[in-house]
Amino acid sequence: MALVTHTSTNAGGAVAPDRATAPAHEPVISVSGLTKQYGEVQAVRGIDFEVARGETFGFLGPNGAGKTTTIKILCTLANATAGVARVAGHDARTERDSVRRNIGLVFQDTTLDTYLTAEQNLRFHAELYGVPKAAVGPRMRQVMDMVGLWDRKDSLVSTYSGGMQRRLEIARGLLHAPHVLFLDEPTVGLDPQTRSSIWAYINDLKRREDITIFLTTHYMDEAEHCDRIAIIDHGKIVAIDTPEALKASVGKDRVQIHTADDPAAIAALADTFGLEAAMHEGAVTFSVASGEQFVPRLFAEFSVPIRSVSVSRPSLDDVFMSYTGSTIRDAEASSTDAMRQMAQRFRAGRR
Amino acid sequence: MSVATQTTDVTPATAAGELVGQIRVAVPERGLQHDLRAVGIVWRRELIRFRTDRLRAITSLIQPVLFLFVLGNGLGALAGRNLPAGISFMTFIYPGVLAMSVLFTAIFSAASIVWDREFGFLREILVAPVSRAAIVIGKCLGGATIATFQGIIFLILAGFAHVPYNPILIVTLIGELLLLSFTLTAFGVMMAARIKQFQAFMALTQMLVMPLFFLSGALYPLNGLPAWLGVLTRIDPLTYIVGPMRHAVFSHLTMPAVFEQHLAPAITWVGWAVPLGLSLSMVAIMGLGMMAIAIAEFSKTE
Repeated sequence: MALVTHTSTNAGGAVAPDRATAPAHEPVISVSGLTKQYGEVQAVRGIDFEVARGETFGFLGPNGAGKTTTIKILCTLANATAGVARVAGHDARTERDSVRRNIGLVFQDTTLDTYLTAEQNLRFHAELYGVPKAAVGPRMRQVMDMVGLWDRKDSLVSTYSGGMQRRLEIARGLLHAPHVLFLDEPTVGLDPQTRSSIWAYINDLKRREDITIFLTTHYMDEAEHCDRIAIIDHGKIVAIDTPEALKASVGKDRVQIHTADDPAAIAALADTFGLEAAMHEGAVTFSVASGEQFVPRLFAEFSVPIRSVSVSRPSLDDVFMSYTGSTIRDAEASSTDAMRQMAQRFRAGRR
Repeated sequence: MSVATQTTDVTPATAAGELVGQIRVAVPERGLQHDLRAVGIVWRRELIRFRTDRLRAITSLIQPVLFLFVLGNGLGALAGRNLPAGISFMTFIYPGVLAMSVLFTAIFSAASIVWDREFGFLREILVAPVSRAAIVIGKCLGGATIATFQGIIFLILAGFAHVPYNPILIVTLIGELLLLSFTLTAFGVMMAARIKQFQAFMALTQMLVMPLFFLSGALYPLNGLPAWLGVLTRIDPLTYIVGPMRHAVFSHLTMPAVFEQHLAPAITWVGWAVPLGLSLSMVAIMGLGMMAIAIAEFSKTE
């Protein structure tokens, strides 16, 4: 057990001691001018950003906005057409193996071998990543404890629920003590309860390991867990800041009304109040500085019959809307229904 | 260290404070030893999968057993007239059917790459900091090993075909099975690098493997064939492994030399008898070549 050292002093939990490749002052991820072209389609159109060490960085956008392409480039699974991506101090194109050694990955779709047991899956990973032999056993136990699966280690992965599989994947992604953990849509396809439990594990993990987390999601509420978020739309980053700062930048309340005649209502809002309204999620939607004060005026002065009103404080949904001009669901609805159906069929097929 | 007891999806099993000892892990730079470990684990996964999938081992036996016992006895009534005493048609086709017994397993082992791609596991392998060569080599060796196991199961039935359990013969046959299995797996892996759909892969490999089997002379002697068939059998790579396997079996049977020459003739190129060593080397080189192509294919990045 010569290679295993127990450090009881470090309660914060620095697991990988070799941080020489990524000094504290240097960003763990830095991307500049990143572009990816697939034939005619430009999936990523010249993006720049940096992620600091220890940060939880959220990459938000509708499906097809370029999130997965970006993550693939950062993980060395795809080469950028132009631009540079550096991860953990290494170039993702030219120092592929060094990047790979320092990152952990949890993909959207499961990448477990369901015919093996959980332990066999982790052992496979440890051998493939060259984890020192003496450290494999204890580290395996540690990461499986972290996600509460140690007592199920000998079960075939095919007997695991969706949430357990995702947790096992997170454990596996951490096995080789990466500097950066990439989570590509870590909660997609899970029920709300399981989603929140996955987040409990991720937050727990942030406390224990000295790790930078880069995640993509199209669930706006999940972005609240991030230290900073970038909003990507049509291959470009349209906003990047802390969730609070982004919400503050919108500064307005969102009002949604259901009316008897929506086109007339939109016209009337423009005429009467000089407001620009549009249809989103089946309701006439517009922004005003103060929702509570506006609603009484609306009822007093509006000519079109109103069936219901809802006022909401700026959420990340509004942030997204104010930067991209549509809600994330609108943006997805058109382009990805077919894709999602395909994914569902695919998932159903492997049960 | 704490012990997790929760298995539900809802609560993290351990709180941050409970974990006292942290395990320090430093993944070393890639080296030969690391690549060898990768070869080893990819190989071992094949074995684990084979061991847990007994149904596959049994179903893979059905086809060769049918060929040997049903076709062997059925056609034996007709073909047996030309055979010397004590040699049945079953004995004659045994080496060819033995070769067949590894076909399915070797190809199916390679097919698991296509399967892994569709089900995501391939990505776990392809993002690892190891050379793609290590992965492909591990896969080819793994497929070769389990297919050879499959062959060995069939080898146990040798007695039913009146093939003697001679240690030298058995070792020779196992060696030849290993070579055949390796080359077939390499062929499958090479195909799997390009073909992304499981159905397409199975259809295409079946389409190629059956003619290869039938043209290899597994079920008939290579002499006295129509000219076109003679040419095709000599183009078929499987011929160069089935020939040596039959030679090995027949050299351990007792029969007049005339019959041996008639039933297990050397493979000839325009009258020149191809030496056994060359025959086997060609199969090995082909296997290595296809493995090299597979490595090159898997090393490409999008």
